[in-house]
Amino acid sequence: MMHNLTIAEQIIGLKNRDFSSLELTQHYLDRINDSELNAFISITKEHAINQAKLADSILAKGNATKLTGIPYAHKDIFCTKGIKTSAGSKMLDSFISPYDATLSEKLNSENMVMLGKTNMDEFAMGSSNENPYYGAVKNPWDINRVPGGSSGGSAAAVAARITPFATGTDTGGSIRQPASLCGITGIKPTYGRISRYGMIAYASSLDQAGPMTRTAEDSAIILNAMAGFDERDSTSANKSVPDYTKNLSKSLSGLKIGLPKEYFSEGLDKGVEKVIMKAINDYEAMGAEIIEVSLPNSMNAIPAYYIVAPCECSSNLSRFDGVRYGYRCEDPKDLNDLYMRSRSEGFGDEVKRRIMIGAYALSAGYYDAYYLKAQKVRQLISEDFKKAFKEVDVIMGPVSPTPAFELGSIKDSVSMYLADIYTLSVNLAGLPGMSIPAGFSNSLPIGLQLIGNHWSEELLLNVAHQFQLNTDWHHSSPVD
Amino acid sequence: MSLDNKQVKEIAYLARLSIEDSELEQTTKEINNILVLMDKLGEIDTGDAEPMAHPLEMNQRLRDDEVTEKDLAKEFQEIAPKTGNSHFLVPTVIE
Repeated sequence: MMHNLTIAEQIIGLKNRDFSSLELTQHYLDRINDSELNAFISITKEHAINQAKLADSILAKGNATKLTGIPYAHKDIFCTKGIKTSAGSKMLDSFISPYDATLSEKLNSENMVMLGKTNMDEFAMGSSNENPYYGAVKNPWDINRVPGGSSGGSAAAVAARITPFATGTDTGGSIRQPASLCGITGIKPTYGRISRYGMIAYASSLDQAGPMTRTAEDSAIILNAMAGFDERDSTSANKSVPDYTKNLSKSLSGLKIGLPKEYFSEGLDKGVEKVIMKAINDYEAMGAEIIEVSLPNSMNAIPAYYIVAPCECSSNLSRFDGVRYGYRCEDPKDLNDLYMRSRSEGFGDEVKRRIMIGAYALSAGYYDAYYLKAQKVRQLISEDFKKAFKEVDVIMGPVSPTPAFELGSIKDSVSMYLADIYTLSVNLAGLPGMSIPAGFSNSLPIGLQLIGNHWSEELLLNVAHQFQLNTDWHHSSPVD
Repeated sequence: MSLDNKQVKEIAYLARLSIEDSELEQTTKEINNILVLMDKLGEIDTGDAEPMAHPLEMNQRLRDDEVTEKDLAKEFQEIAPKTGNSHFLVPTVIE
């Protein structure tokens, strides 16, 4: 079946006319229609069919790019011109974006086919995709469990093979954790690698987009299309983009893998630990050298992140005021009432909590104790990685301390925050990180995290691809 | 640091959020739970570490002072909740 093909295989299928983009697109639209995962906020059927027809005509003329005609699902955080872009919030449920995000433009320029916009935690704030307005996304491996978040709709859709790939964003683990919990491959590149223009901001010094696919090879193919400098994003890195597929087949002989001892302490589920250690043994068998490293400030990433991110969020989300776009309350009696009620009715509880924490931490008298202190801890976390990368090429460990948990089982914010322990520090340091399927615990997929030095996406993808040549976990599927 | 209901209401107001009286107790509890976690920052010895605001060592780019954006006023106003005479309309501020 077409949905079992990887993107690399679909590219060949389209080129050889084994199937058309329209057939491929219609096949996925049918699968989306039959899916009960709630992975999509909008299904853009008509738009997809038109794009597929256009792609087919371009393919027929012979002036297609590599990805012309390949369908995808777009996280609903990326602005898409003329199409609703909600960021998973009631606040933007009526927002039809008047412009395209740079990433949307880039994928359009390849004449790819957007199937729809995926569900997510509201404004990307969360780790379970239990969205208060659009409903929870279900994990295709067990529909009573969460898919992870915030790119939960994207991860579930790729795992259930209702899209060949999806876009995601990762502010504190939002690509890697759902990829891990749904058994797919996801990469968060170095901060600044992919343009943030038109990607609705949560925490601007941490947000970074990336591809979510089934294989590392597919991630490399898609990252080629996503990465690059953008003058419209002032934090975009003006650095050339290598061909990420070029070094996939390099041998790992002599690769130095660091295992941070802090990642294997209490709190890590035994089943997860077993899977991770087995994967490390597999790497050793491939010729890699395993070295213990220390990231002493690992545990401090939680308080540091949960100050830095809410501070940036409280500032970023002040733009939602009910005046220029988005939700406006009924019959405001004065301007203040308009602001207060539009924001209170438009935002969900977790978003409000983070805005308030940020407003408090930034307020006079508390700035030094919280925000400034968190920035100093961020420096220490970054220095820990710098030291470690003097000794090793790549760091490995778990993505999430547990497999996917049951829907509704984590009720308080703090418990949810603690589950982000292994992913947050990567964002604070701006490093690239990946999750690749490494096995199962109690029939639930477990992801292995790969962390690289700045701009080492090529190496991470090579390291991931070699694992996938030697294992079958990435081919495991929750569906036929 | 623990906040009381009154302080939580003030912070909510700073962020232009209103909290129903029936939800205030619960909100205060949740915010305080989070603050217990945040207060762990105070226990960390950061020595003379420089505050890190941004993950990349980069300078802000400069560009020529030229108009690069198209005039999209019409498109932007079309999606606004209320407009009139090319303005975004809000309730009267000054009589």
